[in-house]
Amino acid sequence: MRFVGLCAAVLLAVGLCFSSAAAKELQVGFVYVSPVGDAGWSFAHDKGRLVIEEMDGVTTSFVEAVAEGPDSERVMLNMARKGYDLIFATSFGYMDPMLKVAKQFPDTVFMHCSGFKTADNMGTYFGRMYQARYLSGMVAGAMSKSNTLGYVAAFPIPEVIRGINAFALGARAVNPEATVRVVWTKTWYDPATEKEAAKSLLDVGADVIAQHQDSPGPQEAAQEKGVYSIGYNSDMTQFAPKAHLTAPIWNWGPFYIETVKQVMDGSWQSASVWPGLAEGTVDLAPISDVVPQEVRDQVMAKKAAIIAGEEVFTGPINDQSGAEKVAAGTAMTDEELLGMTWFVQGVIGTTE
Amino acid sequence: MNYEILIPLLAAAVQSGTPILYATLGEIFTERTGILNLGVEGIMIVGALSGFLVAKITGNPAVAFFAAGLAGAVAASLHGIVCIIFQGNQVVSGLALTILGVGFANYIGAAYVGQAAPGFDPLPIPLLSQIPGLGPIFFRQDLLVYLTYLIPPLMWLFLYQTRYGLSLRAAGENPAAAIAAGVNVVACRFVGVLVGGFFIGLGGAYLSLAYTHLWTNNLTGGRGWIAVALVIFAFWRPSRAIFGAYLFGGVMALQLRLQASGTQIPSSLLLMLPYALTIGVLVLASWRRGGTDEPAALGRNIEPVD
Repeated sequence: MRFVGLCAAVLLAVGLCFSSAAAKELQVGFVYVSPVGDAGWSFAHDKGRLVIEEMDGVTTSFVEAVAEGPDSERVMLNMARKGYDLIFATSFGYMDPMLKVAKQFPDTVFMHCSGFKTADNMGTYFGRMYQARYLSGMVAGAMSKSNTLGYVAAFPIPEVIRGINAFALGARAVNPEATVRVVWTKTWYDPATEKEAAKSLLDVGADVIAQHQDSPGPQEAAQEKGVYSIGYNSDMTQFAPKAHLTAPIWNWGPFYIETVKQVMDGSWQSASVWPGLAEGTVDLAPISDVVPQEVRDQVMAKKAAIIAGEEVFTGPINDQSGAEKVAAGTAMTDEELLGMTWFVQGVIGTTE
Repeated sequence: MNYEILIPLLAAAVQSGTPILYATLGEIFTERTGILNLGVEGIMIVGALSGFLVAKITGNPAVAFFAAGLAGAVAASLHGIVCIIFQGNQVVSGLALTILGVGFANYIGAAYVGQAAPGFDPLPIPLLSQIPGLGPIFFRQDLLVYLTYLIPPLMWLFLYQTRYGLSLRAAGENPAAAIAAGVNVVACRFVGVLVGGFFIGLGGAYLSLAYTHLWTNNLTGGRGWIAVALVIFAFWRPSRAIFGAYLFGGVMALQLRLQASGTQIPSSLLLMLPYALTIGVLVLASWRRGGTDEPAALGRNIEPVD
């Protein structure tokens, strides 16, 4: 990874030589943790970058496959030194390096995705992906015949656990018999391992495979077995045209446009923002034709309700043991959601 | 654990063991000639990328698979040039090759991450696949898995039953004596490195052409290092490599299936299994050193003759 980072730094230097010609435009830099072609996390952010690239008076550039840690600090430092006005860093591990660089360059605006540290010139942002996951859970629950849903998940951290819980709540809202089996791969991106994990879920009877992984490996496994799948990050239909039902997806364009506008007119202020379905930052990919119309209508009605302000995590919610964690009528606070480390009833697996 | 779970588990063990098996066989062949090649991980990933790219361009998986082997041989030839011609340190050269290979493949492959290419799909063998138990495990795999059933016996025949095999092994056991007997040791070792690299490259291609049909950074995910350890576990014998590779593939598949079956064992502990097994295997192998076939001159360069 160090070598890749080095390459990235060299490429950045070369890229900057070209981009410095366009002075006086707002220069926006992006730092990605994986290559943009991954059809996943970084790809989704890069689609957002391409949207702001179209704006007047904005030039953008990006550095991909930057290792978290010292390599990322060097990349961000380079961007700041070259006079970038706004820098987005889109991986959790960029948080501390970005904070360090932000302190050295008070005139540059820094935006960190998925973290929790801020500074006067550094804001943090993330999306309420769990809202879209709830909707995808409804589709999965309605389409399952075995009532067993498989979920290939990366790491047992609150972000992922929250997504699994929302998925399970959505599935059980339309199919109270549904259970969600979880396999942790402990990797964000390893198609071979993810595919194998999906196969292991298929072997125990899962007939819809969902994922919180960045590769389409699980989609391939579902397609080969002839069952259904739910993608993630972006519409993964191309990898499993027969299996793919829908996917909770990122749509960073609107949020990035808004941020760029704020920086341009000077109204930007450091904050911690968490936009969701209502702002269009997360969404549900088009639902496959194999899903019955009434299910699609039901999902769309729920989507409208969430946009109108309905909370996904509203009680009564029980944990795996059946004990009530959230009382009827109470909604979980953002703070509780951000620190979620327990599974809801209907999820089979361990958060350890 | 019941029958319905066990059979898919064993079938998965064969499949996830196959890329490791290719690489282990290649490394055994190389080490038999006295060259220690720690560049397996780097060669594998170069093979994986080459196979993927050729499949994408030509649309022909068979050509792609062969090309991956050639790419593996080319990558391995760097190690051969450094160690055999320039008498470089084999450990350092191998490590450098791993770093170079991984960096090179990730750099060239960056543009193709997440893309799919044609590859090999499961191809059940008529009749054989109907055998209860064995059929689903061994004969409902893809063509590349079937190939690995043939390679170990053929490699054994070549190494132990032919004159050329004897020369190659002599280069690894006692190069001085081999030179005195008129064997071209330099050529033997080069053949060992190139053929070994070919098989290691095939192992990488298995990952991008059959296991998945995708390319991604670090696709090999440390499997090359497991192959290096398995060579010791296999006591440098092709036949034992099969056992080791499947055992290892089985443990990797098992930990995922244990999770899927809803066990309460923390996943972190389960994920340690393959690596704990590697260490256990190495301890066991050195404990029972008497049974190994370790080439006596492994890792030692040949002194210039003139």
